[in-house]
Amino acid sequence: MDIDLLSNIFYAMIRCGTPLLLVALGELICEKSGVLNLGQEGMMLFGAVIGFIVAFNSGNLWLGVLLAMAAGMLLSALFALVALVFNANQVATGLALTIFGVGLSSFVGAAWVGKPLAGFEPLAIPYLSDIPLIGRMLFAQDLLVYLSFALFALVAWVIVKSRVGLIIQAVGENPDAASAMGLPVLRVRTLAVLFGGAMAGLAGAYLSLAYTPMWAENMSAGRGWIALALVVFASWRVWRLLLGAYLFGLASILHLVAQGLGLAIPSSLLAMLPYAATIVVLVLLSRDAVRTRLYAPVSLGQPWQAGH
Amino acid sequence: MLLSLEPRGQQSRLMLWCSPLLAAVLTLGCGSLLFAVLGHDPLQTLYTLLIAPISDLYGVSEWLVKALPILLCALGLAVAYQARIWNIGAEGQLLLGALAGSAVAVNIIDMQSRWALVLILLTGTLAGAAWAGLTAWLRTRFNANEILTSIMLNYIALNLLLFCVHGPLKDPAGFNFPESAMFGDASRLPLLVEDGRLHAGLYFALLALVAVWVLLQKSFVGFQIKVLGLDARAAGFAGFRQKPLVWLALLISGALAGLAGVCEVTGPIGQLVPQVSPGYGYAAITVAFLGRLNPIGILFASLLMALLYIGGESAQMSLNLPQAITQLFQGMMLFFLLACDVLILYRPRLNLRWARRTRTTAVQAGAL
Repeated sequence: MDIDLLSNIFYAMIRCGTPLLLVALGELICEKSGVLNLGQEGMMLFGAVIGFIVAFNSGNLWLGVLLAMAAGMLLSALFALVALVFNANQVATGLALTIFGVGLSSFVGAAWVGKPLAGFEPLAIPYLSDIPLIGRMLFAQDLLVYLSFALFALVAWVIVKSRVGLIIQAVGENPDAASAMGLPVLRVRTLAVLFGGAMAGLAGAYLSLAYTPMWAENMSAGRGWIALALVVFASWRVWRLLLGAYLFGLASILHLVAQGLGLAIPSSLLAMLPYAATIVVLVLLSRDAVRTRLYAPVSLGQPWQAGH
Repeated sequence: MLLSLEPRGQQSRLMLWCSPLLAAVLTLGCGSLLFAVLGHDPLQTLYTLLIAPISDLYGVSEWLVKALPILLCALGLAVAYQARIWNIGAEGQLLLGALAGSAVAVNIIDMQSRWALVLILLTGTLAGAAWAGLTAWLRTRFNANEILTSIMLNYIALNLLLFCVHGPLKDPAGFNFPESAMFGDASRLPLLVEDGRLHAGLYFALLALVAVWVLLQKSFVGFQIKVLGLDARAAGFAGFRQKPLVWLALLISGALAGLAGVCEVTGPIGQLVPQVSPGYGYAAITVAFLGRLNPIGILFASLLMALLYIGGESAQMSLNLPQAITQLFQGMMLFFLLACDVLILYRPRLNLRWARRTRTTAVQAGAL
């Protein structure tokens, strides 16, 4: 394997891992605050379609990105209303959000399938992008990928270093104690859910404006679900999330590797790989029930109401 | 806040059954609003969507044809959900049932005996059960979350199906279309009506309906499943063993979905095609919840869902609306259902303090 191929694989790995990273960062904050939102796939698709339509009509990619995030937030607000205010089962509400988002995005986007769009172009940073092997991977990406690096740094800082991070985790670990301390539990959770929605919308916009600049039904192809598995994989720790996202990115570009090595494996078999990898990873990590319980936010997925 | 929620202290039995109806009405209301915004006459559109498709005998038979797979999948899901096992994998289990059944069928095209059909149906059902068994194994042996594993298995099943119709199962005389050969006559489910595609799968669905009802409402195993779902620790204290129950619930769930899949290929389709299922397995999730995990409720919910499916097709043809309207309504309905369910445990109460305060301010303003 020559160095060009390797550098290409690294480059594609980051590109493939970026949407996963974005969704997973949003879901991580959400789960840290004790809310399990299974609607990532739906929010991502809705973000993708809104981002595409806006960018296509206005000719402004960033406006598309912005409204995609707003679209994701809108759906997550619905989730927050039903799951947090009305106290419905979070698993069922998340599923409903995904089914709704898939339907809504196909409905809204029906007239836009297959339309061409000039999406985000890679922007090479001079000199740095010439570093062998990792230069292209880190410094010749498009702007949304750079944004994802920045957002990762932000989320990592918030969780590890900031007071906001402590508040979010207090609410997720023990909402009763947090509430007794005077923390507004429901408001924190709602904001966390909204943040998750915005990130899912952004990930959707990345898919429809940068990764493959077009709209196709179900174009997220289960990435929202893989991101959920990623959070478990990372044991709710932010650095392992980064690692996991790019590992899964690598798993989904293995067909490139296979081509590079001259192997002839049918594409539909290779397409199974990220999903199979997800299962394997889940098995490896969940085998130890005690460990999973140790790292998971204690009140994850449990409804909570003031004054109980 | 103007509107606040007050705990009832107990479940309202009335709301338990009214909430699905309320959800359906709200969905239709929202849908009409959407049609009006899009510039269609709402009443006319609802008529095209819900009444026109089933206004003749052929339409009714098509309606039932669509309802069968949804009903079978949803009945299976109800068993799993009663045990709080979130099997999202009905779609994959259905596809695998169709795939395995077809793999047998294309190899016995020339077989004339009726046993051909029996063999195919059995294979499909078992394949669906086995696919769900995989989820059960991962859950009981490795403690892996069944939501995520069953979803991933859906995607894997779909890719497996695509691989097979493009590869090993492709009809050699099929001009390179990604389809299997048409099955032999002996491998097809007999039709029940003269004009229409309603097939003998109806009997399986009715049988499954009764069986699941007996299992859940009348049997001890069903009781154990429900206790496990309500409180896993209580089930443990009562001495119910969790792992066999998880296995059982998932195997039943998978077998019914597999049966639905194999009935589709041996019934209305007659060969293996990439689009075996327009999302029946996902629709079944909504149906199971809408029917309150109760077989009778599920029967009605699946009829409603099937109506949305054929309505979506006819709306696409006559009004040029996207067919995704079916999924959109599905999602809306599930959302409204969950939102309306708040009324089971809570009573909405209008807070008139705000209104009174504005009135006092108005009076004061008048006094000045």
